[in-house]
Amino acid sequence: MSRAGPLFVTIAWASWADPVRAAGGGLPEVAADAPLNLPAIGMFLVFVVATLVITWWAANRTRTASDYYAAGGGISGGQNGLAIAGDFMSAASFLGVSGLVYSSGYDGLIYSIGGLAGWPLVLFLLAERLRNLGRYTFADAVSYRLGILPVRTLAACGTLVVVLLYLIGQMVGAGTLIQVLFGLPYEAAVILVGVLMVLYVSFGGMIATTWVQIIKAALLLFGSTVLALVVMYRFGFSFERMFSEAVAAHPKGMAVMAPGGLVSDPVSALSLGVALLFGTAGLPHVLMRFFTVPDARAARKSVFIATGLIGYFYLLTVIMGFGAIVIVSQDARFLVDGALRGGNNMAAIHLAQASAGDLFLGFISAVAFATILAVVSGLTLSGASAISHDLYASVIRRGDAPEGDVMRISRVASVVLGVLAVALGMAFEGQNVAFMVLLAFAVAASVNFPILILSMYWRRLTTRGAVVGGATGLLSAVVLMVLGPTVWVEVLGNAEPVFPYRYPALFSMLAAFAVTAVVSLTDRSARARAEMAAFEAQYVRAITGMGAAAAARH
Amino acid sequence: MNDLYQRIFADPEFQALQRRRSRLIWMLSTIMLVTYFGFILVIAFAPEFFAAPLGADTVITRGIPIGVGIILLGLALTGIYVHRANGEFDTTTADIVQRLRDDSR
Repeated sequence: MSRAGPLFVTIAWASWADPVRAAGGGLPEVAADAPLNLPAIGMFLVFVVATLVITWWAANRTRTASDYYAAGGGISGGQNGLAIAGDFMSAASFLGVSGLVYSSGYDGLIYSIGGLAGWPLVLFLLAERLRNLGRYTFADAVSYRLGILPVRTLAACGTLVVVLLYLIGQMVGAGTLIQVLFGLPYEAAVILVGVLMVLYVSFGGMIATTWVQIIKAALLLFGSTVLALVVMYRFGFSFERMFSEAVAAHPKGMAVMAPGGLVSDPVSALSLGVALLFGTAGLPHVLMRFFTVPDARAARKSVFIATGLIGYFYLLTVIMGFGAIVIVSQDARFLVDGALRGGNNMAAIHLAQASAGDLFLGFISAVAFATILAVVSGLTLSGASAISHDLYASVIRRGDAPEGDVMRISRVASVVLGVLAVALGMAFEGQNVAFMVLLAFAVAASVNFPILILSMYWRRLTTRGAVVGGATGLLSAVVLMVLGPTVWVEVLGNAEPVFPYRYPALFSMLAAFAVTAVVSLTDRSARARAEMAAFEAQYVRAITGMGAAAAARH
Repeated sequence: MNDLYQRIFADPEFQALQRRRSRLIWMLSTIMLVTYFGFILVIAFAPEFFAAPLGADTVITRGIPIGVGIILLGLALTGIYVHRANGEFDTTTADIVQRLRDDSR
């Protein structure tokens, strides 16, 4: 962790997905003889039963495609705010960021700020226009005036690549984490996650997926608040005392109060900033949430609430991390050879046990498991929507498929995605999957974000420009990531990277914008002229919401 | 319907509203982007600025209140936008659409 270079997000996102590396290889022995954690398993079973009841209830209410893909537009702004916050408060944020604060202090706060700063931009630039232009997926908005076949195919590819990369990272993380927390075998954990997420998504659709996410977000916020309060109580509610005791307890001393990991390479710092900011604005499973609310007004309100909750949650993770430096790092129960048992991402979990006892440990462990389940469900639904609504209904059937067929394809797609996620989760067991989540953000920032924002704001964008530019963004993000230090050196074992920077997003996003602009401007086809002419109607609808999909019947 | 879209687009009151809306969107976006990338650049080029303690008798560094401040700034900016858009902008838009619909009858 003391290694110079902008590693911190790799670690924050991936150390939980890859605790073997973060723990310096100390994990497998711990995991092998981890006892069954009965209170945690009990509380998790309660969560599973409750969510299955919700899925049953949701399945009975899911009659139309609008119910299935967008919860019938019947989710309120406040509920959607919680759900969006829940999508973003993944196990990586909860355990990864608090673990990062535990190991290097201030760097964890830098990550939190990157995670938050994208939301205001989503609100100002995207939320209301997306709600007014689309129905189920962000591709609806992009293909409003552009060629449906090529643009939807591209958007679906962008969605599926992001979803699959993200799912692999979550699955590998889930398997390892559950192994440590519950004492279950890795394979059993991965299969359990896969089966539950397919049940939620295929039977309960967006209604179940949203409510699972809302419940988990509330539980996570509650658990984190309690944990932070217990920590602050110990320090007499004085931040000064908490920080000074942390400085005294941490081997790095005062260095935990200042940025440490990012200093060596400004280009990587910027590129990482780009990935975090614009990647957030291009995550398909978050963008689809704007279609679950009745109108643009509720869409805006939901971003405000989500921003507040995410900001609050990140501040709690900072308190948890600094608290763990004092409370956990000096407690022999949690240490193996001077390092944290189970890796740094276990900081919040150990803190729960140290400060509030075994029952609370069980609660926090169950919440961590629920967090993974809720996030993979959202991802799976997003991928299934891209396959059924974008590819099957619009591209293959050219828009004349009966609703029932499309929903059936969506259910089949969610099962296929579930099987794929479980298989990939097992294939990548114990491997470094850090780069996959990073690549997911880079692809979101280089494919989904540019074509979405340009389709809404730039009259001259044409189908040809969007497709060539988006494909450029996708290819350059993947190729630069593979040739960079994360994959070329750390995964493939080569000595020197071909591409020197760890984060490709700055370059791949600029390439996508530049190619899109050049190809659009030189596009003199009759179709391009028609697409530009359609901009005014799209613009008026995006602003006024006239003709936008209304709430179904709730 | 298409005709109504065109008349809304060409309406002077609508265009004036859109200029106000655009100005607000770009102003708030610029504040957020400049603040965030400024923060990243300070970390990249002058991290010692954030490492300086606030006073002689404290371990809290400049970086802590600045970091927390950026999170609060993000929330405040979204609050400002939602307030203006859900109030003034939506009301004005609805009035314009209503007026042009009535005209066409």
